[in-house]
Amino acid sequence: MPKYRASLMVCAGAGCEACGCIKIKNALIEELKKRALEKEIGVVLTGCMGPCQNAPIILVYPEKIFYQKVKLEDIPLLVEEHFLKGRPVERLMYQESETKIAVPVMGNIPFFKHQVLRVLRNKGMIDPEKIEEYIARDGYQATAQALLEMTPEEITKVVKDSEIRGRGGAGFPTGVKWESCAKMAADQKYMCCNGDEGDPGAFMDRALMESDPHAIIEGMIIGAKAIGSTKGYIYVRAEYPLAIHRLKIAIDQAYEAGLLGKNILDSGTDFDLEIYQGAGAFVCGESTALMFSIEGKRGMPRLTPPRSTEAGLWGKPTVLNNVETLACVPQIILKGADWFKSMGTEKSTGTKVFSLSGAINNAGLVEVPMGIPLRTIIYDIGGGVPGAKRGRKFKAVQMGGPSGGCIPESLIDTPVTYEDIEKTGAIMGSGGMVFMDNTTCMVDMAKFFLEFTTDESCGKCPPCRIGTKIMLDLLTAITGGRGKEGDIETLEELSHDIIDGSLCGLGQSAPNPVLTTIRYFRDEYESHIKDKWCKVGVCRNLCTFLINPEVCTGCGACMRACPSKAIIGEKKKPHKIIQEACVQCKSCYNTCKFNSIIIGPAQYKGEPVALVKS
Amino acid sequence: MTRLTIDDLKKIKEKHKATFTLREGGYRAKITVHMGTCGIAAGAREVMTALMDEIAQANVEDVIVTTSGCAGLCSREPMATVEIVNHPPVKYVELNKNKIKEIFKEHVLNGNVIEKYAMVIGSETTY
Repeated sequence: MPKYRASLMVCAGAGCEACGCIKIKNALIEELKKRALEKEIGVVLTGCMGPCQNAPIILVYPEKIFYQKVKLEDIPLLVEEHFLKGRPVERLMYQESETKIAVPVMGNIPFFKHQVLRVLRNKGMIDPEKIEEYIARDGYQATAQALLEMTPEEITKVVKDSEIRGRGGAGFPTGVKWESCAKMAADQKYMCCNGDEGDPGAFMDRALMESDPHAIIEGMIIGAKAIGSTKGYIYVRAEYPLAIHRLKIAIDQAYEAGLLGKNILDSGTDFDLEIYQGAGAFVCGESTALMFSIEGKRGMPRLTPPRSTEAGLWGKPTVLNNVETLACVPQIILKGADWFKSMGTEKSTGTKVFSLSGAINNAGLVEVPMGIPLRTIIYDIGGGVPGAKRGRKFKAVQMGGPSGGCIPESLIDTPVTYEDIEKTGAIMGSGGMVFMDNTTCMVDMAKFFLEFTTDESCGKCPPCRIGTKIMLDLLTAITGGRGKEGDIETLEELSHDIIDGSLCGLGQSAPNPVLTTIRYFRDEYESHIKDKWCKVGVCRNLCTFLINPEVCTGCGACMRACPSKAIIGEKKKPHKIIQEACVQCKSCYNTCKFNSIIIGPAQYKGEPVALVKS
Repeated sequence: MTRLTIDDLKKIKEKHKATFTLREGGYRAKITVHMGTCGIAAGAREVMTALMDEIAQANVEDVIVTTSGCAGLCSREPMATVEIVNHPPVKYVELNKNKIKEIFKEHVLNGNVIEKYAMVIGSETTY
């Protein structure tokens, strides 16, 4: 083993890969060689560390110094200054957003400070393509314990006692699922992992498969013993090539080490595991559809019961768990149910991984204890919405993707637990959080998610297939200026019919974005329909852009930004928009530093000042 | 890789202990070699190499080595600071490869400060 005095962890999550981290790693190795430091300093590619907004990222041990947005041309300086002379480079560190003071140590950066790492314990710690590094972090210890020292009943009991609930979104108790499958008598049972993450804005499971694949494999081996299965599948969508690549390597390594296959660790337990690549249909994330897909059939949900635990894959008892759920299992076995329950709330135990995206300063991957208020995630970890100086404010967060709903600003003290989130009309979901600021039109947002579900509806149940299309048509009409009195009520009525008349979770949850936006932003729907006014200027036919002469300084910035030359005016005198030429691209609104652009209703002919006063 | 047994799992963990002491923290001793321009000019590079070799030979898992910039006393470089957890740091001056090897064996491994090479014990006061 070479002994290093420093480890440089280069983040190789998909976000960082896209930003060229592999080139950064190669350049680092080259530069270290040039300085004859290659025997003293190791370079490791690691899984997603979370703050994807700031990619590419390098974490330096032992000092735990965190570098972000590293460019190729920074490498020579970084190597000379920090790795040779021991002077960390402030310019590449995270800077506090207000004071612009550099924060060198990872643990002091607010984004990391409020997190609790359990599932993501190996992020930035190991090379996901090396089984030895996983083993060195207590990897496969839980497998050894479960296979050699525990009965299937004991394993199930620990998992049941931990009260872990399925991390895929529905929140069904994992131990109960295992128990009901274990009870079934069958010649073959299957242990499956659901890696068919498809919600827009969700990337937790991908990151986990990329950064700690062995934890998932280990969870599956333990689960297989608990339910009496000898064969398993990991269902991953083909759009996740890096996750598939790393899982494949991990499975091969585990086979080679005798941790998969026959007689694992001489315990007499057999377990075979393979990856099944899905074609990326959203509905295949539904358990029965997923199993049909593995069987080679068309991915369509079926009527339950019988539940999958009774008759799943090829009609045999099958357990299907989410990626994150399985990654929790080894630690529950090693550290016990009480340890797991020491975090979280009474009914939502443990921690949860979330992916933050949209209008948020620190987009990325975070893990927090259950029960933490949404406010902490938005402001402390996420760093609030960008553009606060220009009047941007947090408006709502969409949780649970197209199956979930939006939670408005007034409810951001809601604790993040299955029960509390459900009360708001949203769902915990698999962990995607899409943030929206006050420039987002909620009707348009609901339309976006409905477009998605309309596309992804498998077509089996007419209420979902036809109903979502009719809802989408209504929303298109409303955002296009053709909304009429009674549309809101029709939408609500249709929503309930679709929920009642659909077989699977897709249809039962597809209307959620519409229902929650009507619930919290009914006034926006009404102003679209009655006043023909999209107050944030997103729906093009429903707004008029005007310049407030009392605020405009005549700087000319909007004039330069306007692609259709619709703005006229002399320097240092208030400008004016020629409405006939305006294409409503919103460029002037986004450019103006003085908030002088105001948005009026469609075809507004009056004075801008009258709008401000009203 | 051959089929693993439980013992192998433990062995692999042992083998990688040094790597993870570095990443997880929890080390017993930290040696800082001052690698400012002055230090490097006076031979700090050689001191560092000798120290790394010595650690590899001794096969210890709980000692980490870092670098830092100029310690402010350029005339007495190369310098190194040895910090044993729960003990005040000791600054050594005018080092060469033999001295650092001796310091590693006597101070880091056996816990005896070598006073003849040491300049000061304790940290500077910072305000």
